[in-house]
Amino acid sequence: MSTDDAGMSKPGEKKAPSGYSSAIETHELSRKFGDFTAVDSINLHITPGRIFGLIGPNGAGKTTTIKMLTTLLVPTSGSAKIAGFDVRSSSKEVRKRIGYVPQMLSADGGLTANENLMLSAKLYGMKRSDRKTRVEEALNFMNLRESSNKLVKTYSGGMIRRLELAQAMLHMPAVLFLDEPTIGLDPVARRVVWERLTALKEEYGMTILITTHDMEEADRLCDEIALMHRGKITISGSPADLKTSVGTDVNLDDVFVHYSGGIIEEGGNYRDVRKTRRTANRLA
Amino acid sequence: MSEKPAEQQTVSRSSFFLVEFFRESLAISEVEVKKLLRDPTELFTRAVQPVLWLVIFGQVFSRVRGIPTGHVSYLAFLTPGILAQSVLFSAIFYGIAVIWERDLGIIHKLMVSPAHRTSLVLGKAVSSGFRGLVQVVIIYVLALVMGISLRWEPWAIGGVLVSVMLGSAIFSTFSLVIACIVKTRERFMGIGQILTMPLFFASNAIYPLELMPPWLRWFARFNPLTYLVDALRSLMIQGGHSVHSFGFDIVVMVSVFIVFLLAARRLYPTLIH
Repeated sequence: MSTDDAGMSKPGEKKAPSGYSSAIETHELSRKFGDFTAVDSINLHITPGRIFGLIGPNGAGKTTTIKMLTTLLVPTSGSAKIAGFDVRSSSKEVRKRIGYVPQMLSADGGLTANENLMLSAKLYGMKRSDRKTRVEEALNFMNLRESSNKLVKTYSGGMIRRLELAQAMLHMPAVLFLDEPTIGLDPVARRVVWERLTALKEEYGMTILITTHDMEEADRLCDEIALMHRGKITISGSPADLKTSVGTDVNLDDVFVHYSGGIIEEGGNYRDVRKTRRTANRLA
Repeated sequence: MSEKPAEQQTVSRSSFFLVEFFRESLAISEVEVKKLLRDPTELFTRAVQPVLWLVIFGQVFSRVRGIPTGHVSYLAFLTPGILAQSVLFSAIFYGIAVIWERDLGIIHKLMVSPAHRTSLVLGKAVSSGFRGLVQVVIIYVLALVMGISLRWEPWAIGGVLVSVMLGSAIFSTFSLVIACIVKTRERFMGIGQILTMPLFFASNAIYPLELMPPWLRWFARFNPLTYLVDALRSLMIQGGHSVHSFGFDIVVMVSVFIVFLLAARRLYPTLIH
């Protein structure tokens, strides 16, 4: 597969990566933990250059799905391909082509933004001559240039999230995975993150998969969404189409209730809730 | 940004595996050392325990004169043992930092990068080795103050530095293995406390192996701390005597390190499950 085929975008061009029909493709993808089925035979087909939202309450299986797609967790059954590469047999090729922002705040607080980014640049094997330029471009893109030499532990929650996005986009991945990217952020910081994500899609043609249980976020940001409930995908489509399918003057909460029979705030065990709260507390 | 596709433009996965491997390890150890230098509190607090052992335990047991230490005083005999002990105690709790990094999501991000998992583990071990070097400085200063005759030949000092780095890498990687198995800070603290004292007392750090009952001597022969102390004893102290040659001690320690490194490489990804 050529470099273009591998899905690397051409920076500066408003063009989606080409060479494969699905940036993310899963077939009957499942993951069990003992007797518990966290993800149950999901099928996804995500077109390159789109923002796709995996929506559902805590414990729906969103994070487990992302972990399988980012090669952190081996599927129990089924298959998944990212940018044309199988997550099981070509995990290293997949890792070269993805960026990942976990739900927790993963930027290292004991380092500056510059140092965090340089570490990523080295781990992604960037040429020494290109590292500095790329880091500066990423900092500029995320509006962090002014504070790039300050320790990250002095940053606000919104700034940390933007730094994590800068880290994830540094190597121009074909697919970006974001697990609850705006959880715990104030409304202003949340909008800035949305705006930067949209810019990433439009300017670099990246495919972005986000998980969220925030219906407003899903509605505003995503081209397409899939509702996930108890490990299964209950319905997928564009936010507008899904709302139309339920009725007039409805929102995505109504869509979720209609297709899953529960409300979005339900679900999640002690561990899920603790993780979510810990992230929110660190951002506050 | 320029016009070429990203992978061609900036990502140069080297065709030389080792170059790529060591570049990744160096990147990890470099940031760890930076963080340590920014907040060296831990290094100073780690210095308290060796001071207590040498100044109190060492001075008292020097009066007993019941421990055969060859041609050197008990304090001189004890000094390499206390250096090895402080290396062990500071490295064995390294796993807690790794569990903390897991909770912060830092490990997740490292695992999603295309970096070799072994190089990530090695990077951690190298940074722990640097911590060990700081312990060397502390113990040497303390030994000077207490009037212990140290060896200053460059090769002997070099040997001490290599041994300490290796010892520190062994125990920090062992700690990483334990962290991957127990997965929580609470469990790790308990296990860490259980491990440190047996490793310390079942070694030649504070008394020679000949004093031990046969079963304990047998156990001590499988304890990597024994070989670290043995190497340090002749390298650090004027008139100090090692049971084995320096080469033998190093070969044993390198072998143990490789075993732990491979185990940690296998278990490291499971930390985030």
